[in-house]
Amino acid sequence: MTTLTDDHSFTPQHPLREFWDYFSSNHGAVAGLVIVLAVLLLAAFAPWIAPYAPNDTDPSVFLVPPAWQIGGSSAYLLGTDAIGRDILSRLIHGARLSLAIGLVVVTLSVVIGTILGLTAGYFRGVFEVAVMRIMDIILTLPSLLLAIVIVAILGPGLMNAMLAVAVVVLPHYVRITRAAVIAEMSRDYVTAARMNGAGHLRLMFSEVLPNCTAPLIVQASLGISSAILDAAALGFLGLGAQPPSPEWGTMLADAREFVLRAWWVVTFPGLAILITVLAFNLLGDGLRDAFDPKLKR
Amino acid sequence: MLRFLLTRLSLIIPTFIGMTLVAFFLIRMVPGDPIETLAGERGIDEARHTELLKVYGLDRPVMVQYGIYIGRVLQGDLGTSIITHAPVLQEFMSLFPATIELALAAMLFAVIIGIPAGILAAVKRNTFLDHGVMGVSLTGYSMPIFWWGLLLILLFSVQWDLTPVSGRIAVEYFIEPVTGFLLIDTWLAGDRDAFWSALKHLILPMIVLGTNPLAVVARMTRSAMLEVLGEDYIRTARAKGLSGLRVVTVHALRNALISVVTVVGLQIGVLFTGAILTETIFSWPGVGKWMIEAIGRRDYPVLQGGILLLGSMVMLVNLLVDVTYGIINPRIRS
Repeated sequence: MTTLTDDHSFTPQHPLREFWDYFSSNHGAVAGLVIVLAVLLLAAFAPWIAPYAPNDTDPSVFLVPPAWQIGGSSAYLLGTDAIGRDILSRLIHGARLSLAIGLVVVTLSVVIGTILGLTAGYFRGVFEVAVMRIMDIILTLPSLLLAIVIVAILGPGLMNAMLAVAVVVLPHYVRITRAAVIAEMSRDYVTAARMNGAGHLRLMFSEVLPNCTAPLIVQASLGISSAILDAAALGFLGLGAQPPSPEWGTMLADAREFVLRAWWVVTFPGLAILITVLAFNLLGDGLRDAFDPKLKR
Repeated sequence: MLRFLLTRLSLIIPTFIGMTLVAFFLIRMVPGDPIETLAGERGIDEARHTELLKVYGLDRPVMVQYGIYIGRVLQGDLGTSIITHAPVLQEFMSLFPATIELALAAMLFAVIIGIPAGILAAVKRNTFLDHGVMGVSLTGYSMPIFWWGLLLILLFSVQWDLTPVSGRIAVEYFIEPVTGFLLIDTWLAGDRDAFWSALKHLILPMIVLGTNPLAVVARMTRSAMLEVLGEDYIRTARAKGLSGLRVVTVHALRNALISVVTVVGLQIGVLFTGAILTETIFSWPGVGKWMIEAIGRRDYPVLQGGILLLGSMVMLVNLLVDVTYGIINPRIRS
């Protein structure tokens, strides 16, 4: 009986507050968040932060090493490439492209994937079987190969590369949404809403879908990292953004022939990809742990 | 068991049909005249155009064309390359061993390092060691492998001159292909220098291709071990007074391996994807590089055949993994 009176003084934490507590106790996730925010700021203010315009060439200063090396100049902190463009400025401008790629790909695949998964899980039957079979086929083909083939058909370019990557990652969102929808459909609140005369659209979008968002948010944040990685790979193969675009993968493709002479033109663009992708992965892992009640202590 | 096998087998048929549909419509979606696309010629005159129309059967209804295509595929006829005029299947078969050799080496690399690392991280949970292993593996998972390859070339080949930059074996060696795996062929031929050359060529591509699977295997092993280590029978084993090492290696690991084996199997498909990039960086003469070159040359029959063949390989490996999993873990059969 004493416990009962004790419980009186207990006020439950606000869900967001509780979420933040779990999230912030994960140092990796916080580090990821900080880096992601930093990259966002760099991208947003790129023209003001970058010392030069990304495509400014200066034939008198080609392949200048980074500032701390012999022959380096403080005017070009990370050195210059083969036609005298400042690498730091190109990397900062490239952040815009990479973030845009991540956002566009994830938005496309989340919107289409959610609608497909939601309708498949809600209506079941033939439609579900057909959708899931198609997704199985996409999953069976090696993802980069499929993306390459799509770009080979549509023609190289940043837009087509993003479209190709969005198609390739689509099955993950369809599967996650469908599984969550099927689990939710047997809940009492759905039956109650149906008894109250809710129509299909209302049931699908305002009753069931909001309860399936947690896994989708996690997948989306992890999806941004794989979208950036895949688009960079396409750029590296010459199928994504085309030169002189400062997209990081495309910069690497340009730099390949200088691997023997100028380590800096090869090293920094890749490092930028790695750090950004790692940050989004850390963030995604942190979100997943904070959302997943099974792992909560 | 038979029922389980038959269900799994029947599931791959629609997937295979779907892949043939993808491959079949691929060529038709390329902008421009499909005849010129298939023949690889530009500005074909009227007479030749009608002739080729008949040769490729493009004057028939689409469904009939697809039927003919399926019939040919089932007989192993995947068309001929526009550039080399060799049958696509034959070219694929001559290059595939190089890709398999690379993929197997990479998987071995991932398993040999990944499983012990995962076990260590699980046993020493929440220690510096655990955080270190998990940090490194997340980095490996986030690694743009095309850059990783260049970086390793920069260090090992350029800086320290330890490994060759590209290819499978130094040009002075010619080894009669027996298995197609150079490591085995040079060993069989008893040519020790050639074997060393092949091994040195393999090391960097193996590390590059194995990095992603290594990260996945380490993470998976850790979480599987953590789950198993919390089970009652582990407590019982410990209570019986068995040594910590015995509990971990015999009682826990054997049960944790079930899920690890599945993940390893399913990584094969991921490996083929990575092989495209790895082969391009190291000029490794496998199917990945072959297909990228086909895109550059607009060799669509190769692209069409290659995607179907690679897709089928991945599908078969996945099936094999599925069935193996069913055999070692009877619970999932129902």
